[in-house]
Amino acid sequence: MNDAFLELSHLTKRFGDHVAVGDLSLSVPRGAVLALLGPSGSGKTTTLRLLAGFERPDAGTIAVDGRDVTALRPAERRFGMVFQHYALFPHLTVGENVAFGLAGSAASADRNARVMEVLSLVDLEGFGGRQVSELSGGQQQRVAVARALAPEPRVLLLDEPLSNLDPTLRERTRRELRAALDRVGITTVFVTHEQEEAFALGDTVAVLDQGRLEQVGTPPELYEHPRTLFVASFVGRASVLGGVVIGDGRIRLDAGAEWPAEAPQDLAAGARASVVVRPEAVRFAREGLAGTVTERRYTGARALFAVDVNGGTVEVEASAHAVTVGDLVHLAVERVLAFPEAKE
Amino acid sequence: MTRRPRGAWLVVLLVWLFVYPVLLVVLDSARGPDGWTLEYVSAFLREPGEWAALWGSLWISVASVVLAGAIGVPLAFVFERLDFPGRRVLGALVALPAVLPPLVGVIAFLFLYGESGFVARALTELLGLDEAPWRLRGAGAILLVHAYSMYVYFYLFTRAGLAKVDVSMIEAAHSLGSGTWTTFRRVTLPLLRPQLAAASLLTFMTALGSFSAPYIFGGGFRVMTTQIVASKLNGDIRMAVVETSALALVALIGLFLLRRQAETRSVVAVGKGIPPAARALSQPIARWGATGLGWAFGIVLLLPHATLVVVSLVPLGTWTTQLLPPTYTLSNYATLITEPERLRPLVNSLWMATVATVGAIAIALWAGRLVVQRRATLRGLIETLVSVPWAIPGTVLAIALATAFSVRAPWMARWVLVGTVVILPLAYLVRNIPIAAGSILAGFRQLDPSLDEAAASLGAGRWRTLRAVTVPLLRPAILAGAALAFATALGDFVTSIVLYTYETRPISIEILSSLRAFDIGTAAAYGVVLMLISAGAMLVGTRR
Repeated sequence: MNDAFLELSHLTKRFGDHVAVGDLSLSVPRGAVLALLGPSGSGKTTTLRLLAGFERPDAGTIAVDGRDVTALRPAERRFGMVFQHYALFPHLTVGENVAFGLAGSAASADRNARVMEVLSLVDLEGFGGRQVSELSGGQQQRVAVARALAPEPRVLLLDEPLSNLDPTLRERTRRELRAALDRVGITTVFVTHEQEEAFALGDTVAVLDQGRLEQVGTPPELYEHPRTLFVASFVGRASVLGGVVIGDGRIRLDAGAEWPAEAPQDLAAGARASVVVRPEAVRFAREGLAGTVTERRYTGARALFAVDVNGGTVEVEASAHAVTVGDLVHLAVERVLAFPEAKE
Repeated sequence: MTRRPRGAWLVVLLVWLFVYPVLLVVLDSARGPDGWTLEYVSAFLREPGEWAALWGSLWISVASVVLAGAIGVPLAFVFERLDFPGRRVLGALVALPAVLPPLVGVIAFLFLYGESGFVARALTELLGLDEAPWRLRGAGAILLVHAYSMYVYFYLFTRAGLAKVDVSMIEAAHSLGSGTWTTFRRVTLPLLRPQLAAASLLTFMTALGSFSAPYIFGGGFRVMTTQIVASKLNGDIRMAVVETSALALVALIGLFLLRRQAETRSVVAVGKGIPPAARALSQPIARWGATGLGWAFGIVLLLPHATLVVVSLVPLGTWTTQLLPPTYTLSNYATLITEPERLRPLVNSLWMATVATVGAIAIALWAGRLVVQRRATLRGLIETLVSVPWAIPGTVLAIALATAFSVRAPWMARWVLVGTVVILPLAYLVRNIPIAAGSILAGFRQLDPSLDEAAASLGAGRWRTLRAVTVPLLRPAILAGAALAFATALGDFVTSIVLYTYETRPISIEILSSLRAFDIGTAAAYGVVLMLISAGAMLVGTRR
């Protein structure tokens, strides 16, 4: 790819025998926002720390705008970093925190102007003289963003940027953060374990598991066309059932019924398969897979029903009063995804 | 990529500063002019006097632990769990012995309880005796000083432990049918075990290395520290080296045995740590009894300090047989400042303590930075190294430095430093490392490690990060460590007596020579100065 601004090639990091990041290659176009999504231990934070220069990779390179920066120390790299717990300097004021990265780069008048500029970017005009400890969590997060942006870094890195906020504050902060990133137009990489956050903030999302890259794509690509069982079940709600491929795009479920399935990976007839069912892709029907409703989770007009089928549970989204707990029901699908069965 | 592990240079420096010299001493004890020999070791072993000194060191240390515990632990319970008038003021007084450097405490005891001290004079007068009713000599006198100065360890550790014993654990024991005594024996005491073990270790090691009290009061009673210095001053370097090795070995064994106890990790922290409220004594007799006892105890604690101040006001030769000194002037203090030869030790001590403190703080900061780094390979080694000098008795360190740095052999990293101005600050520095590191490493552990990374990602180099982020945030820890280190170096006697030269003589040596010249006023005046500086340092060091 020629338009890649930030390019990670074959990045590998081991801690002792444990491979934290294994042969990871990714590229981010100029001005794009990439989310690194994965469960804890997936290597996403290590990847971010490799990018920031806090860790040295055992193999592989990191390039910005065609120049290799792998050997540069963090201070020389001009990557801005927003830490999970913000890491604001508690002995400095908000303004001094933001000005920290500007030291020596310009006359003090220019510095002050830049501090004002970035503070207004995050809607904190007039907060320059405040003590960090006087701020709310959301304000601290914005100061951390302003501080990272102030020296005009080439790449912005964010470590779980919203994880320390109240759920009520999270959505608003997320929108504001996205708006600020768009205004600055900075190439951004952030780490999250929440799919919703990754989808809302990221232009593209890279799903990591156990140090390996599972799939990169836009949110719809990941949701609608997951390439692996891990991506399919980690991204979005999904139920997983076991079955056997009987050929001709059909799978016989262990639970009894036969369903049409699409297989992104090779699946020979007769092979064991894991079938991934999204709650909105399955509906109650007159005939099909039989099961018992065991739980109803009411969310308003719609509800999520848990249906026990022979050897598993399927989540079904339907109108709130479609069935009640204890009913015997039948389930039908339009389309499901089938993957080679996960090895235990 | 093969890289030098982080902290390698620090390890080299620390090893060179004290591990290497101590090892050299131990090796020297088995080496004569004609190579390896056990001649000196067997000479040591055949000497009954040496065994007596070794035994003396051991039993004095154990007895000091028992005595200090017997005073410190009950006192801690009284102040933590009972409320009575004057509790606050007295609670603060209890730590008073800590502001007396060892030698100063000893001379205060001499002026107070010695055969020509205030108490003896008062009794002689009162009972119409011809001579002092006792002589402050031998093991009893040493233990008196040790109990006075070391119970503080037990007191402070026990109070800290009690403050963490959650009230719900006591209540749980009560609700399970345990009475007060059973609860104490089966719940509170086991919970305090790590603290008690730590206090025992501290007391044992301090008593083992104690030099001032045995030196002044020992008389015919010998312990290893005084034995070593005596051998050294007699010019019997060989014997001093073997004795030093023996004491180092005892210290090592003591550390090893007691450390295991102290390292049983505290289970106390499991609770939320809401200690039971102090019980107010409501019965008038108990109330006033406790208050009266408390004040009596407070006065006993304060007497040495008061004695020192009074004696410092007595001009030379004016106090002979009277109960109380007849005249008081500030002339002793005036001579400290006006006579260059009296001012000299003050200036010496001040600059040497300053240099040693700055050096120790620098090393502690260096160590602290490495210890909190995520995956620093040498972290455990560095943590151990910075705490080890604490377990090396001062005399051992002094002899070790005297041995290592009296030879010029640059290829062995040995230079002649003995007799130069460098050696004493160097010795103080080594003794200050654990003091500074204890405080500063604790400070580092409370810092968010991402602050350093934040500074780096904002383009700050290592020095700017240290200057603009780390040091300002660690200011309280640095101040505390520096204050305690400075006070310790300023009052040092045990290493000074081995390593000083006339040019670099510190205050403690001058106190000793004033004492020998019967100029007790000057000795006391130096003592008061030391006491005030220590007290100031403690105030700075404990303020948060």
